[in-house]
Amino acid sequence: MVAPVAARTPAYDVAAGTPDPEIPTLTIEDLGILRDVDYYPERGVVVTITPTYSGCPALREIAADVQGRLNRAGFERVTVAIQLTPPWTTDWITGEGHRKLAAVGIAPPSAAPRRPAGPVPLTLGRPPSPRCPRCDSPDTRLTAQFSATACKSLHRCTACGEPFEAVKAI
Amino acid sequence: MSTPADLSTPEDDFDGSPYDLLAQDHDEGHRWAFGTGFTDPLEGIDTSVPERLDPGALVRYCLALGDDALIYSHRLQEWTARLPELEEETAVANIALDLLGQARMLLARAGGIVGQTEDQLAYFREEKEFRNVRLAEHADRDFAELVVRLLMFSTWRLALFEELSAAPDPVLAAIAAKGVNELAYHRDYAASWVIRLGDGTPLSHAKAQAALDALWPLLGELFRPDPDALGRADPGAVDAVLDKVLATAGLNRPTAAALAPVGGKTGRDGVHTEAMGYILAELQSVARAHPDATW
Repeated sequence: MVAPVAARTPAYDVAAGTPDPEIPTLTIEDLGILRDVDYYPERGVVVTITPTYSGCPALREIAADVQGRLNRAGFERVTVAIQLTPPWTTDWITGEGHRKLAAVGIAPPSAAPRRPAGPVPLTLGRPPSPRCPRCDSPDTRLTAQFSATACKSLHRCTACGEPFEAVKAI
Repeated sequence: MSTPADLSTPEDDFDGSPYDLLAQDHDEGHRWAFGTGFTDPLEGIDTSVPERLDPGALVRYCLALGDDALIYSHRLQEWTARLPELEEETAVANIALDLLGQARMLLARAGGIVGQTEDQLAYFREEKEFRNVRLAEHADRDFAELVVRLLMFSTWRLALFEELSAAPDPVLAAIAAKGVNELAYHRDYAASWVIRLGDGTPLSHAKAQAALDALWPLLGELFRPDPDALGRADPGAVDAVLDKVLATAGLNRPTAAALAPVGGKTGRDGVHTEAMGYILAELQSVARAHPDATW
């Protein structure tokens, strides 16, 4: 699924610079959370964002941040709208997002799994584990499917011994 | 968590720490802390009800699915700080959080139609108004029950949400489509633990089988016909997954009959087990003691 490219406007650039509350070196644009920035003469700026996971507690904070940043940049009328469909996928994380994730020691996601039509197949056993973001060894293993946030899993590198997080491909 | 006022520096003075970037966005009463200030989880989404749908039925159905998630999430939250390992803590807490997120959107969908907020629906309804299945309110007595119950619930809910992704209500369809990825993780997590316990030591096997035997009667209720339903989980598909996990785990599929309705009524009709009153007492007591409180 390819992320639609939003038009770069001054309002878009301000909204795009909003940091993610969980991983503040990444912006909501890097993570694909920012979906659209429109301007309507009668409504002002309308920013559309999408939650990563249903329970993501950061969404409200992101909405307040976007609003505040745009207000300070001189956009007085700002609405933040939530979009649920199509659901967020890690494929929307940009190349810059991948680079920044790796730089802070979080393994970026691989391409989201393509499922054929029909029921989601049961996955038993250990799924593949990404390369170590610290020493680049492929010799790593999954220690937990869930980590400090819903969007990440926990791994350990067998080569350098360090634990690390990875963004789960969905 | 509060943000000292002196961190609210103007953007021009940004010194490169990403956390300063967060702090500067929260001046003028916008103190940054997770969970403060709840907002409509469906903000900006077109929530008009399609004409061919009965709004009353849609409200009842969204409440049913929302209550399943809310009450199940509460039961999982009770395990926080009581699990055997840190990895299971984060897993169970994350699953509870996903379900709470699904509950918020579903209750907001129902509430938006009847003019109530998600909080009014969660905190100020009586027990008989809650529509969750009785499986959701069961108190897990050990880790085996936690993972066996989660396998049963998430296998069914995943199959249902896959169907609901094409539901005639676009809001419900979007909530369901979003939940599918989450529920697949929940199910696979539960399945891997059921297999480890079932195929583990004689003690873990015995506990897994005991959990399965104890919980199995609660499975039948999930498949009772519901006139308000906008989709259904295929019992054959659910059975196929459960049978595969049980066979891999070396566990026997129980033959116990489904827990009988009470006077023809089950959880969907607001008839619950004794456990439900205790859940609501804990879930609702603060909101009811301080109905106008804000963070």
